[in-house]
Amino acid sequence: MELTGAEILTRCLEDENVEYVFGYPGGAVLEIYDAIFRQDKFRHVLVRHEQAAVHAADAYSRSSNKVGVALVTSGPGATNAVTGIATAYMDSIPMVVISGQVNRPAIGLDAFQEVDMVGITRPCVKHNFLVKDVSQLADTIKKAFYIASTGRPGPVVVDIPKDVTQQKFKYSYPTSVQMRAYTPVQKGHPGQIKKAAQLLLDAKRPLIYVGGGVVMGNASDEVRELARLLGVPVTNTLMGLGAHPGKDPQNLGMLGMHGTFEANMTMQNCDVLLAVGARFDDRVISVPQHFLSSPKKIIHVDIDPSSIAKRVKVDVPIVGHVKDVLADLLNVLKQSDHKQADITPWWKQIDAWRAPNSLYFENSDTIIKPQYVVQKLCEITGGNAFVTSDVGQHQMFAAQYYQFPEPKRWINSGGLGTMGFGLPAAMGVKLAHPDADVCCITGEASIQMNIQELSTCKQYHVPVKVINLNNRYLGMVRQWQEFFYGNRYSESYMDALPDFVKLAEAYGHVGMRIEKPSDVEGALREALAMKDRLVFMDFITDQSENVFPMIQNGKGLTQMDLPPHMRNLQVAPPTPVSERDYGNLC
Amino acid sequence: MRHILSILLENEAGALSRVAGLFSARNYNIESLTVAPTEDKTLSRMTIVTTGSDDVIEQITKQLNKLIDVVKVIDLNEADHIERELMLIKVRATGKDREEMKRMAEIFRGHIIDVTEKTYTIEMTGPGHKLDAFIKAVDEALILETVRTGASGIGRGERILKV
Repeated sequence: MELTGAEILTRCLEDENVEYVFGYPGGAVLEIYDAIFRQDKFRHVLVRHEQAAVHAADAYSRSSNKVGVALVTSGPGATNAVTGIATAYMDSIPMVVISGQVNRPAIGLDAFQEVDMVGITRPCVKHNFLVKDVSQLADTIKKAFYIASTGRPGPVVVDIPKDVTQQKFKYSYPTSVQMRAYTPVQKGHPGQIKKAAQLLLDAKRPLIYVGGGVVMGNASDEVRELARLLGVPVTNTLMGLGAHPGKDPQNLGMLGMHGTFEANMTMQNCDVLLAVGARFDDRVISVPQHFLSSPKKIIHVDIDPSSIAKRVKVDVPIVGHVKDVLADLLNVLKQSDHKQADITPWWKQIDAWRAPNSLYFENSDTIIKPQYVVQKLCEITGGNAFVTSDVGQHQMFAAQYYQFPEPKRWINSGGLGTMGFGLPAAMGVKLAHPDADVCCITGEASIQMNIQELSTCKQYHVPVKVINLNNRYLGMVRQWQEFFYGNRYSESYMDALPDFVKLAEAYGHVGMRIEKPSDVEGALREALAMKDRLVFMDFITDQSENVFPMIQNGKGLTQMDLPPHMRNLQVAPPTPVSERDYGNLC
Repeated sequence: MRHILSILLENEAGALSRVAGLFSARNYNIESLTVAPTEDKTLSRMTIVTTGSDDVIEQITKQLNKLIDVVKVIDLNEADHIERELMLIKVRATGKDREEMKRMAEIFRGHIIDVTEKTYTIEMTGPGHKLDAFIKAVDEALILETVRTGASGIGRGERILKV
């Protein structure tokens, strides 16, 4: 029997075991929406803005091991989706975005709601397709899911002209994909893995630096086993939080621009660095010249060869799936009769860096400190909630003070830094994990970028908890203006804020305003106890709070602006430029 | 340094713009780019002349390999190779210049492929620097128009780029 293109598409999604499609209808996808109406295998979630559909699909994927799916119409539907697609691309999230397109004969004629979606998204997708004939549709969808979820994952866009969704063809879903130009590697080179093992055993000052690749590659167990086996310190990037437990004594916390003192000092001063699924980006190592001014041997494990030697050259590059490479590395280490170097002095040094506690903050009885809210939330949920965030100070506070015991619990836009991500993301996570606590830590500016999704949450009964750290400022912008622009707070004050309590209630949810530090814990407990209600908690927080430590642009890892209690601390200058003399710089 | 990259890519709509887009998005140089289908209709062969340090060339190669439509990439500069470019050049050929222009074309092994009372159109192939040399050798005022294809390259001997 022949099916229409639209029916073929829904059958493909069924055969991919898709559970949720996040989308918004429009002219070019009406045929697809009709086919959705006539099936009952997957659910469609009607968002209030296409950007939110893509963020929700993205976060659904981040928190599970499944490919997120979003569906948008042509033209403005497609362009609204672009921010979401770029967000997923920067963080390597597997996702398939289906966009409608005008009828084939109308393409290129500036038709109503026409936009060159394949052209617009080309720089921010792993791959994209324009389906030119219904005979290619099933094959293309299969390829899209395959490309999105293998190798270094990423979003794939499939643009389908309306008349293709109306064309008829026989349906059969391919069982396998053959692509001569796309063959992602899995196993690392055994010789390189042996070299890495040798370096790690001989290291006097080793460090494991864990990035989002470990989270995406499900290699958290291997990282933990490796850390235990060697007894070495571990630091996570913003994207790697939870890959190694935040509370583990071997964990130094996050590194980078707002990383802990001990993580950044350890990163700078280690002699052997094992980088796993991380990419030495500017918010992590800051200036490469400074980073490399202390000599170190670098082992870099990544599935994407182009991530290796992009900002820093490495001594032992290993291209492969992090899970496979780490498993092989563990085997080599276990079988080795080579004695591991003594790293006790290294730990002594690290403990000294740890002692002043760079995340200490002066709590207050009168005004709510944002850090305190996150700390309390972590305490009350036992670290077991899924936490999404938007972008800014609240994001950094969440990353610093919520100690994630498990990977895939911390859901944020790390690469693109997309404000408006948090609420739709929380929606996607809650649908993937209906029984879990899902909290969106946000700010009064970010939340307003996709606040309309409170309506979607009502319609689909998605009882997430919104934790609004309301400081009446674009906090991170204000912080930079304080540091670098002589306190000239240009356009960073959020004036004319809505009454968030009333707003939440208008959307049919519970709203709370918390103004006193002594009310924080009780309010959080009360909100979390309302398992079947969305609770919007508006915490009125300290306006002047800054995120510390901080590395200013152009400064090195050890040149941190430290919190007030550490200002008098003598930080050892970085080791003088070595004989390698920036030779590792790309 | 100047490098010649040879690329086999799927003969699909949009494949060229993926490659060209990569170069502009990542701020890589393109000196020239040529592309045409091969004897295998599903494949196109592209030659890109680019400049950059070894690290940049390495990144370019990796980024190209990452594109789903790119089947194979080689840097021809890694071994012996041949580079050729085609130029069509229209020159003013009157009076004493007429004979001189013909002689010049012969010296550079060009062919005159179109003749009018006042002009010659000369076809010339060779590595880019030879074409540059011809342009330099001819009186600038006599050059009416030039069209160059950009370099195509191939490895010497048994060095073959094939699927």
